[in-house]
Amino acid sequence: MALVSVKDLHKSFGELEVLKGIDLEVEAGEVVAIIGRSGSGKSTFLRCLNQLEHHDWGTIQLADQRLDGTSMTPGELSQNVGMVFQSFNLFPHKSVIDNVMLAPVVVKQTPKSEARRIAEEVLAKVGMSDKIDSYPAQLSGGQQQRVAIARALAMNPKVLLCDEATSALDPELVGEVLRVLEDLAKEGMTLILVTHEMKFARDVSHRVVFMHQGRIHESGPPETLFTRPQTPELAQFIASVV
Amino acid sequence: MTLDFSSLLPYTDQILEGLVTTVWLTVVTTVAGIALAVVVAYVRDGARVRGASLVSRLLGGYVEVIRNTPFIVQLFFLFFGLPALGVPISATVAALIAMILNLGAYTAEILRAGIESTTRGQHEAARALGLSRLQSFRHVVLVPAFSRVYPSLISQCIIVMLGSAVVSQISVFDLTYAANFIQSRNFRGFEVYLVVTAIYLLLAVGLRLVFEFVGRRLFAFRQGGSA
Repeated sequence: MALVSVKDLHKSFGELEVLKGIDLEVEAGEVVAIIGRSGSGKSTFLRCLNQLEHHDWGTIQLADQRLDGTSMTPGELSQNVGMVFQSFNLFPHKSVIDNVMLAPVVVKQTPKSEARRIAEEVLAKVGMSDKIDSYPAQLSGGQQQRVAIARALAMNPKVLLCDEATSALDPELVGEVLRVLEDLAKEGMTLILVTHEMKFARDVSHRVVFMHQGRIHESGPPETLFTRPQTPELAQFIASVV
Repeated sequence: MTLDFSSLLPYTDQILEGLVTTVWLTVVTTVAGIALAVVVAYVRDGARVRGASLVSRLLGGYVEVIRNTPFIVQLFFLFFGLPALGVPISATVAALIAMILNLGAYTAEILRAGIESTTRGQHEAARALGLSRLQSFRHVVLVPAFSRVYPSLISQCIIVMLGSAVVSQISVFDLTYAANFIQSRNFRGFEVYLVVTAIYLLLAVGLRLVFEFVGRRLFAFRQGGSA
């Protein structure tokens, strides 16, 4: 059974229908890249998956639980779905280690010593072991995003959502964040990424989903999708970004 | 006219008593007033997520009443008004409650500005990590909010400390009451008020230094840069 199963998902903001019926199944360990123009609904879709937006219609199944805004508490949800944001959103008044420890201690009630061990482990994984006492303002954008990834991983989620995780970074810092995501993919982490990094989507993901006007317009293995787009919209999109 | 500060010497005890009263009124008011403001700001912030509740409206009313009426009237209302309703209240308790309610209202409003400037990204990061609204307020929102409005908060606490002089009007033996008391006995008004003015000045400077010391500890994260 699929880890994430989305059926006929609809979402409107006022009069504007942003998602017009999304169907998607993601298996455990799968890396899915969502591409498309801005305004195509990719970020909204991702935000529905962890209930930062509540969908109007359709179903989201996570493992065997259905998300409808009441079945899971935010605490339970955060142990299933982690999220990495475009703008990092680290907590500025907390050191790196405290950023990572906060949710395990406060939400999961993990004892502090255990939470610290977990935090050190995930920070080592993203290559930030030497900065655990720094504050976010003392770090580069790439370092902040790696800490944000560690913060999400500390809750041991089943799936990690990345919303344009490298879009706010200077070009020379993109690589270090993508390498971390690539390592996670190799370890078997389930990743759903909204991305503008076409090379990354092509090299790392198992499946690419092209969204257009609130629908999944085309999807398939990256090689097929990028070399033999079936629709003029995707062909045009690829031509415009490569 | 010759200045004669030695005429104050017999009244050292009164000045000290007044000083002690002013200081403890200020310390208790500062701690309790800020705590009250945090609670008020939290409840009123709830309106952002789930619409204004009755409680948040009432607290909004409290803040507006305090901020739009004179402190001395608030004080008289408690001290003369409550006993008239059959609730006996001592001068000191009336003074303390009036000062706490006053600082609480102003600080709640100051703090609200800091809380409202929390970015959407911070709220979303907290939610994505599973924090409840209270957990998010306590661990994510509050400290940065305080750091943003800290200069205004310091000023407000100093204003309340200086404003505490008014409690002498209901015969609380504070620094100003001591000054009036001495002046009415030795008729050395210039000397008495000069000394008391200097003491208030030192208290204000001292209070500011304490706040700045605490601020450097609490907001160490800001020294790394701006973000």
